Amino acid sequence: MQKIFDFLQIESVGIRILVLIIMTLLVLLVASVTSGITSWVERRVAGRMQSRIGPNRVGPCGFLQWIADALKLFQKEDIIPEGASRVLFRLAPFFGFLEVGVMFSLLPWGKPDWILADFNIGILLFLGFPALAIIGELMAGWGSNNKWSLIGGMRGTAQIISYEIPAAIALLPAILSAQGLSFKALMGTQSWEPWNWFIFHSPFAFVSGFIFFIASLAEANRTPFDLTEAESELVSGYTTEYTGVRFALFILAEYANVYILSAAFTAIFLGGGLLPAMFAPYPIFYFLAFFIKACIVLLFVIWIRWTLLRVRIDQLMVFCWTRLVPIALASFFGEIIYLFFVHAFPIIQQVVSIACFIFGLFILYYLQKRVRFHISLQKLDAEAKQYWVRST
Amino acid sequence: MTQLKTEYINVNMGPQHPATHGVLRLVLQTDGETVHECEPVIGYLHRSIEKIAEQGEWQDFIPFTDRVDYVCAMNANWAYCHAVEQAANFEIPRRAELLRIIMGELNRISSHCVGLGTGILDLGGYTPFIHLLREREFINDLFEELCGARLTHNYCTIGGVSFDASEVWLKRCRVFAEQFKKIIIQFEKFAMDNPIVQKRLANVGVVTKEMAFDYNLVGPNLRASGVAIDIRKQAPYSLYSEFEFDVPVGKGIVGTVGDCFDRFFVRVQEMKESVSLVLQACDKIEEGEIQSKEVKKRIKPQEGVYISRTEMPRGETTYLIQSDGTSKPYRVKIRTGSFTAASALPVAAKGMLIADVVALISSFDVVVPEIDR
Repeated sequence: MQKIFDFLQIESVGIRILVLIIMTLLVLLVASVTSGITSWVERRVAGRMQSRIGPNRVGPCGFLQWIADALKLFQKEDIIPEGASRVLFRLAPFFGFLEVGVMFSLLPWGKPDWILADFNIGILLFLGFPALAIIGELMAGWGSNNKWSLIGGMRGTAQIISYEIPAAIALLPAILSAQGLSFKALMGTQSWEPWNWFIFHSPFAFVSGFIFFIASLAEANRTPFDLTEAESELVSGYTTEYTGVRFALFILAEYANVYILSAAFTAIFLGGGLLPAMFAPYPIFYFLAFFIKACIVLLFVIWIRWTLLRVRIDQLMVFCWTRLVPIALASFFGEIIYLFFVHAFPIIQQVVSIACFIFGLFILYYLQKRVRFHISLQKLDAEAKQYWVRST
Repeated sequence: MTQLKTEYINVNMGPQHPATHGVLRLVLQTDGETVHECEPVIGYLHRSIEKIAEQGEWQDFIPFTDRVDYVCAMNANWAYCHAVEQAANFEIPRRAELLRIIMGELNRISSHCVGLGTGILDLGGYTPFIHLLREREFINDLFEELCGARLTHNYCTIGGVSFDASEVWLKRCRVFAEQFKKIIIQFEKFAMDNPIVQKRLANVGVVTKEMAFDYNLVGPNLRASGVAIDIRKQAPYSLYSEFEFDVPVGKGIVGTVGDCFDRFFVRVQEMKESVSLVLQACDKIEEGEIQSKEVKKRIKPQEGVYISRTEMPRGETTYLIQSDGTSKPYRVKIRTGSFTAASALPVAAKGMLIADVVALISSFDVVVPEIDR
């Protein structure tokens, strides 16, 4: 913030406050637009996966559908159910929205120092602030005077609190090797070459990357961990009683969280927006590199969402405490030992990184092979095509 | 400190709930998320179909049988027509029987598509559901081409079927069956081999052989408990005795025999058998009449009570008809598989989590209009 004030040469306190308010609104605007675009991407990709078209009427390829949806929701009557706790019910959606705003100001947007609020403990804040969303969920669950909402809110609380632990432990190897707690430091230790990304730093980093990804999925309430609003079980969880603007805020926070997940994973494990030195004069490329990487992770998240099923609440907890936490701890200690070795023989680093990179490519190849196999099952042969016109 | 008072949460699942497939209502007493007691409340979709039967002539009831179970209307048509034909002793032309078998088995596939698809949807998987519904659309297209209706077909008539199939239609049927084999493989890979599905369904809602008999479960629900009873095999009607097919039973591949996974598994295997039955019937079909000549405009079965048992996708369905020798039915009583399945819900659901109750309902493949009629 101080940098911006200096840059604009603002001295007076009143104007500073005004600038602060404008900046806050700007962050929320960016968050809204990002989450809107995320929802559009999700619906299009889901349509593609399910042999349907998805939104295609509003704007080119239905790109403006999310604006139309938001406008529709804004027109709806704001109903507060009878017997609901009015204060809690009204306040709840804003906590989730607030969390999204804070997270967006903590996220990098390209180069390591392109962060709105560049704290030296950015990662800690990043891990801590999702708790705000829990408060919102709990308030919504308790305040709605609906048992399904209550169960949804309770599930959400248990789930997010549990999964924050493996997520935090999985970030420790990254923090160790970067020797800093800010996004700037984490991105600074990586470089643009894929094998220098942190996820390929060592086998332990690879494992922690996966654990962080899974735990973030759970924190963002995505399938297979979308238990809080499991619509076939809990109608729609803590949002059951919400309508109109308040519901829109919940949805907005949900999709923004998906982007936050992908962006954080990109920044910490996939080298952020780093590019070769030749791109230095064109800052836009750094933003694009970051955004494209984040979008690829986003597509991955969407892919998982529309492929997998939901786990049960007890399986969710057991998976977290008996699988993720021990493995995360083991990979943390493994990383410590590995760093000792690297300190003694620096040559190991390059060899291991490239080996991990090749392993990663192999996994991608395997996934691609499976996808192709499934697509081949859907294809019609020539005879079938003649007699059987697909009516899509 | 005094002991705090505790009580069960009394929560309504349905009649408007995404997982209860219509208007089934379960009153749950839960301890947190564990179900202590589960009581099905039915009757939200009652349309007095059995009473309506007594108002018209024998033929007039056929369109109403579509509405008994709209997911497999063809089989319901067939079951009623079979009952009346038995009562009046009509000989059905061979081509009509084969067409009925083709349509019935296609309808069985489409019904299982809905059952399995919504089952997976209840577990949180959207994509397999929509893939299966897409295949169901092709079956509906085939039906539409033949009899003009997609959901409530009214295809069978007493003494035959109402429209004849062309060569191209039969070819299309064959092509669909060949294509659907691949879709079953894909569904198995997608859903049944998925470790999350197996963990969610294995050892959940186990219905033992004894319990299945006690609650009179029928069809796939009974076969999942390891009892190989299929009316098409045990008491063959129509031309089923000429066909070769297996009766799949639950084997407890990932859990115990009779758990939710087995009920899903049996349905998938049944779809395979139905595909082979469609192909066999397409091979056997020959030119001929599609409507029996001996059926008069007014049907007057001899006085008496007649029972027909047919195998519907949701199990053995009994049509009990009573004739007083006039052209109107005196009484039609329908006994369906979903009704008994719903009565087994409270016992099977005891001590489960709420998420498992959802899986249990969808594994029983309960269709509400069939319960209420």
